[in-house]
Amino acid sequence: MEIIYTDNNATTKVADEVIEEMLPYFGELYGNPSSMHTFGDQVDKKIKQARLRVADLINADPDEIIFTSCGTESDNAAINAALNAFPDKKHIITSNVEHPAINKLYQHLRETKGYEVTFVPVDKKGCLNLDLLYNSMSDNTAIISLMWANNETGVMFPIEEIAKIANEKGILFHTDAVQAAGKIAIDVKKAGVDMLSLSGHKIHAPKGVGVLYVKKGFKFSPFLIGGHQEKGRRGGTENTVSIIGLGKACELARENLTVMNTKVRELRDYLQSQLLEKIPGSSVNGDLALRLPNTLSIGFDAVEGESILLMLDREGICASSGSACTSGSLEPSHVLMAMEVPFKSAHGSIRFSLSHYNTKEEMDIIITTLVPVIQKLRDMSPFWKDGKMV
Amino acid sequence: MWDYTDKVKDHFLKPRNVGELEGANAIGEAGSLNCGDALRLYLKVNENERIVDATFMTFGCASAVASSSALTEIIKGMTLDDAAKLTNDDISDYLGGLPKAKMHCSVMGQSALKKAIANFRGVQILEKPGELVCECFEVTDLEIIDAVKANGLETTEDVTNYLKAGGGCGQCLDRIEEVIESVIAKG
Ligand SMILES: Cc1ncc(COP(=O)(O)O)c(C=O)c1O
Ligand code: FES
Repeated sequence: MEIIYTDNNATTKVADEVIEEMLPYFGELYGNPSSMHTFGDQVDKKIKQARLRVADLINADPDEIIFTSCGTESDNAAINAALNAFPDKKHIITSNVEHPAINKLYQHLRETKGYEVTFVPVDKKGCLNLDLLYNSMSDNTAIISLMWANNETGVMFPIEEIAKIANEKGILFHTDAVQAAGKIAIDVKKAGVDMLSLSGHKIHAPKGVGVLYVKKGFKFSPFLIGGHQEKGRRGGTENTVSIIGLGKACELARENLTVMNTKVRELRDYLQSQLLEKIPGSSVNGDLALRLPNTLSIGFDAVEGESILLMLDREGICASSGSACTSGSLEPSHVLMAMEVPFKSAHGSIRFSLSHYNTKEEMDIIITTLVPVIQKLRDMSPFWKDGKMV
Repeated sequence: MWDYTDKVKDHFLKPRNVGELEGANAIGEAGSLNCGDALRLYLKVNENERIVDATFMTFGCASAVASSSALTEIIKGMTLDDAAKLTNDDISDYLGGLPKAKMHCSVMGQSALKKAIANFRGVQILEKPGELVCECFEVTDLEIIDAVKANGLETTEDVTNYLKAGGGCGQCLDRIEEVIESVIAKG
């Protein structure tokens, strides 16, 4: 069966060009970049190139790039460094729709270290309440951490605008740009952020490699204490293969930005309009305009997400859902709940997240598959009768 | 993801006895839209109190659909007295077992059946008797005590798997722990 992969916010295909770039370093070129000999040094040179390629994607200086083991580590390292830099400040700010890499960490800091945490709420469209955000900033705030784009809905926060205010108030600002990278243009200088997280596997590099951008001048304390790697900012012998792959992936991501914002956006919009038209009782979650070009979170009234996903899975269609049964908990995702998406459609919400590998034909197959799937489930549902909710 | 037995998959993809039942003389409902799964069970019971037909309408995940389908298959032909003895384990066993975290789907089946039987007999079951413990999923202490006794549950996680209670905001977990302990203390 042909697989139709529309779950790119979960993870992406490793690009062929990336695999090709990495292969020699899996095999014969296994040297340690820290070694004094030429054999290791050739790997070091390749890592330097990767650092440059990553820096180019976000307009940073290569020295501002720290390689990590994943997006989660980048997030943890950023917050750790911020709290170490301001040991007297006991307040942190974030939103209520962050990825667990931030959300759970902040809860942990609140429960075990006595930090006061402001979880700034979003509105029904997933947009941040900026008044509450600005009002919560104080002299006691050690760091503000807000995601650039949401993994479930694709809704983007106005990072540049917020960073500007944070800078004026002298508060450190970190953004989790794991979902934004490769989908929209990112310029750390223009945005004025102090720290920014990336993850390899969301941009067609392998899993288990990430990046933390740290602005020059910030006294960064390492999260992983050990060797002198990454200029003493992250101990541990480098994951050379994946870092080299990530470098290539960043180069490709830069080249593909236009495609992402034209072809991929058009595919997403086509899928969205067709589903809304052909399936009554469906609604898009999140602000339609302030959204990543590749993401569609769509809720279907009176049906449940796991059932939809499993029926799509039988046809080789990969998507994900914010429903309770698939989030590993019993309630719909905290993102949909924070947006007050009504239960009737929250439980039946599906996320399609596209990449430049997707085609119009694939969108058509998804549409022709999904329409009868929803119908079949509604025929079974006690909450649906004669074409509407009961 | 497909952590389901072949039997569950089969009953999910080809559910038996779906739809409203014409001439039904007993109906039982369990679950709710907000909770993420709900089942409406229709029974046709003859003058000898034998279930001659059963159908269902279900909103929920694959195991909720499969449990509903299995339930209707199991009870067709049973007398109400026998049906009243059906446990959630009977439903789960029929399906070759359910993942632990999905046991609540079989509990929902049992609960809808109980209500349908009461409905037929004209018995009013008090809507959720006892003290409300879990607000997120509207579960009372009596329901927890029943489930703990019937299924030998020992931890709050067990209770969440069977009744969902505690699986939302989590603020009721301490209280659930107390209820479990009170049952265990009484032996
Ligand atoms: C917004 C966001 N932040 C962080 C992460 C974590 O990245 P990783 O899986 O590399 O730890 C993810 C991935 O799911 C994400 O979507
Ligand atoms: S009250 Fe029980 S989970 Fe929220």
